[in-house]
Amino acid sequence: MNTLPGETLQGPHIDWFAISPLLVLLGGGMFLLVAAALTPRWPKGMYATFCATVAAAATAVSMVLWHKVSIHGPRLLVGNALSLDHFTLFITIIICVAVLLVSLVTDDYLRREKLDGPEVYGLFLMAAIGGVVMAGANDLIVLFLGLEVLSISLYVLAASHRRRSESQESGIKYFVLGGFSSAFFLYGIALLYGATGSTNYTRILATFNDTVPVVRKDALVLAGVALLIVGLAFKVGAVPFHFWTPDVYQGAPTPVTAFMASIGKVAAFAALLRVLLFVLPHWRDDWRPAIWVLAVITLVVGSTLAVVQTNVKRMLAYSSISHAGFILIGVEAAGHRAGNPSAGTGLSSAMLYLPLYAVMVIGTFAVVTVVSRTGDDATDLGAFRGLGRSKPALALGMTVLLLAQAGVPLTSGFIAKFGVLEAALDEHSYAITVIAMLSAVIAAFLYLRIMISMWVADPEVGDEQREAVRVPVGSAITIMAAVGFTLFVGVVPGWVISVSKHASQVLQK
Amino acid sequence: MQFPILATLVFAPALGAVAISVLSNRRPEWIKLAAILISVFTGGLSIWVLSAFSTADSGFQFVSKHTWIRPWGISWHLGVDGISLFLVVLTGVLFPLVILGIDPHRDHKRYLAWLLLLEAGMMGSFLSLDLFLFFVFFEIVLVPMYFLIGGWGYDDRVYAATKFFLYTMVGSAFMLVGIISTAVLAKTNGAGHITFDLVELADKVSFAASTGRWLFFAIAIGFAVKVPMFPLHTWLPDAHTQAPTGGSIILAGVMLKLGTYGLLRFGVYLFPEAAHYARPLFLTLAVIGIIYGAIAATMQTDLKRLVAYSSVAHLGFIVLGTFAITTQSISGAVMQNINHGVSTGALFLLVGMIYERRHTRQIAELNGIQKAAPIFAAGFMIVMLSSIGVPGLNGFIGEYLVLTGSFLTARWWTVVAAAGVILAALYLLWAYQRVFHGEPDENNRTFPELKLKEAAVLLPFIGIIVFTGVYPKPMLDRIEPSVKALIAHVSDKTGYVEPTVPTPVTGDEVTP
Repeated sequence: MNTLPGETLQGPHIDWFAISPLLVLLGGGMFLLVAAALTPRWPKGMYATFCATVAAAATAVSMVLWHKVSIHGPRLLVGNALSLDHFTLFITIIICVAVLLVSLVTDDYLRREKLDGPEVYGLFLMAAIGGVVMAGANDLIVLFLGLEVLSISLYVLAASHRRRSESQESGIKYFVLGGFSSAFFLYGIALLYGATGSTNYTRILATFNDTVPVVRKDALVLAGVALLIVGLAFKVGAVPFHFWTPDVYQGAPTPVTAFMASIGKVAAFAALLRVLLFVLPHWRDDWRPAIWVLAVITLVVGSTLAVVQTNVKRMLAYSSISHAGFILIGVEAAGHRAGNPSAGTGLSSAMLYLPLYAVMVIGTFAVVTVVSRTGDDATDLGAFRGLGRSKPALALGMTVLLLAQAGVPLTSGFIAKFGVLEAALDEHSYAITVIAMLSAVIAAFLYLRIMISMWVADPEVGDEQREAVRVPVGSAITIMAAVGFTLFVGVVPGWVISVSKHASQVLQK
Repeated sequence: MQFPILATLVFAPALGAVAISVLSNRRPEWIKLAAILISVFTGGLSIWVLSAFSTADSGFQFVSKHTWIRPWGISWHLGVDGISLFLVVLTGVLFPLVILGIDPHRDHKRYLAWLLLLEAGMMGSFLSLDLFLFFVFFEIVLVPMYFLIGGWGYDDRVYAATKFFLYTMVGSAFMLVGIISTAVLAKTNGAGHITFDLVELADKVSFAASTGRWLFFAIAIGFAVKVPMFPLHTWLPDAHTQAPTGGSIILAGVMLKLGTYGLLRFGVYLFPEAAHYARPLFLTLAVIGIIYGAIAATMQTDLKRLVAYSSVAHLGFIVLGTFAITTQSISGAVMQNINHGVSTGALFLLVGMIYERRHTRQIAELNGIQKAAPIFAAGFMIVMLSSIGVPGLNGFIGEYLVLTGSFLTARWWTVVAAAGVILAALYLLWAYQRVFHGEPDENNRTFPELKLKEAAVLLPFIGIIVFTGVYPKPMLDRIEPSVKALIAHVSDKTGYVEPTVPTPVTGDEVTP
């Protein structure tokens, strides 16, 4: 250990197979960018197929790793910088499947908009790496790296529609506000480092374990925790750090919105859960009330503002905010027993919410992508008018997805909401559950409005001039997969619940 | 293993709905035929359950129980007892009549698919013995009903459908929190683990009084919206008025019964102490509902709205009987569930026929129909008299049992409620007089007579009305054992003693 600097620089031992999901994603992304730059335009759909294949491969190796972890147990990798446990792999699988689904929609979208090229897919894969790193980080600096890789990819993706000024605008907005929040986050890391002398999760936790009885540098830690929460709350779109969400969701190309709403949120929640529950359990009584307040105002504001929107993408942006509120209920419930060996169901309920939410939201935005027609502009409520007559199957799929988002039984959305409510009630948090359910009713109004537009509303003048909606194969596959999953989980939820229970067994140092 | 008949009652219409939605739209007659076959099959099955039902057994029969979601302690648990039996049969009978008798005018395929899905949901709600399963069905029926009102209703249908959906969802919001809390708290209050099983909860778990009351109120609010009880009733007139005739019949006939049935099954049975504690509140609201509904009905100018308000009044009687907690009053309430379903369903059917002919429901625009269509008027009169509660017809039996039963434990409430019976006569007879009596004017002179097909749909209703009115014994024989068991359960849990009836009244003796 006492080697002099410069004498022999010894890198940490690396178990290459254990980080193979990252390697697959990285290799795929690099290959795509380099090879596509050196070769003439690939045949139709090949970029997307390649991206989807890479995502599928990463999913496959993650599943193999899941099996290995089940046998050999979780462990730390790369000099304690990353942790390999079911939690990480669960999030990895969600992210990779989401990339797969989104890339199928993107293919149709890019060709419709005459923007086809490898860049978007390369950025998808890079962003996925960022998300996976965020979930698996065991060091605040590594977490920050993951966060930035994800965020920067998303900034570029948001602005990737070259001919729409709204897209450019949303990219800039997201970039400026995102940079701001990253600064908060980094400052939080610095303060925690100041208080504990390390950025490594294991060491931070050990420091707190050792110093519980003595006087702590409270202000420093608390300020650090607060700033970390601010940074991550920005990424999940919790109120009052949500101001970017509607504008960016609306302006960004619709498949990118699907990507942001699913992968961005999943990764940020994974990071939030790991940091709060497994690095800062000693401070749970300090951060839990903050999460409670965040959850409540996120639910109320998210669902109330959703109702007054007229643009479907903005509506769904606000509805994704209220979903974040629901997940925060799970975080709050988990906070009651953070650090206890017998953790409650809070963590697993939040973990259950993530994949169900991701699939729902991707499916919904896939439908919006299809309906938005050439130019990606037809996202007002009127664009959905008469969809029940012209494209009944598409409208039915959208109806299922919207009902799921509203939390109607026999859909995955109900199971997700039920899980977090049960976890919260198990901790006797009655007030928050009632608030959550009432705001779900308010939010239901928004989904009803879209359904009314599709099925009931009478045609209006000008409707016939709108371009007919086409449902390309890739989008159809994604929508069918999302609808199928939503219904299947709604009827047979036992297996996802068990898997998310496994996934909540986080490596404890 | 016996044939899972109850599960078939749920799955047959559900699968039928799926089948119909994938059938080609090019052959509408095939679609209609399929829907009729499925609903008749389900109806036949429900009658088979009725005939195989044992009067000696007061517990749940034809029980089927399987684990559904193991990590959460949720099971697929179906069963039927005397309280739910006739609601199941009513559901089974009403749907084929609606499908056969009422023409939605457009888009048959989707209409029929939603209707069958609704039937599956209703069946499931009445058969579920697991709180989670019940909630799933209770909530899922909103979706088809929403689309039926929104898609096939009248001018203001979007407003009415949205109001209906959101109102009920607010109630369900509290109910879901109540249900989950019940299951979670059961862990430390007797069950030892999380369970949603109704029977297990009712038998093993006893909550502290304050806890039980909170849980009861949370769950009861969902049912109170559904019934609907005053002052949560404002969605009902809108929903009824705007719904298509078929939707109205189902809504009044079986869907509102989810509320009254739920209060009995998931209120009184699950939380006896809290239900007993909450009696004054529910009795008062029920009586207000009876009087208010009657007065509001008198004031209506729209025939359909009038019938809708009369529902508010009639359901007040059911709630009164439920919370009076005597064998007689609850038997009456259970029976009144069915009677109201049949009478009001038939009234909506007839009002629908009037609208088909005249394209108006305004009382002021209708007159002298008796002259133009005497048979139609006769049918209307029988149904109306049953709704008023004239002896010899079914409405009388239920109301009589409710009132005599309630008199023992809720005297002054009953006295006021009895006035509601008179008011019912007032608003219905007055409406009948305005619509049917007198000389028809230019527009009403050509009012077409009851057609054979319409008569065929109306006859079963009238048959049930007369049969139950004259000979209620078979029905009471099946209802009473379960009600007695329920009262025994309440006494067992709370020490409540049912006041003894001075002269024993049993089913056959109340027959007029």
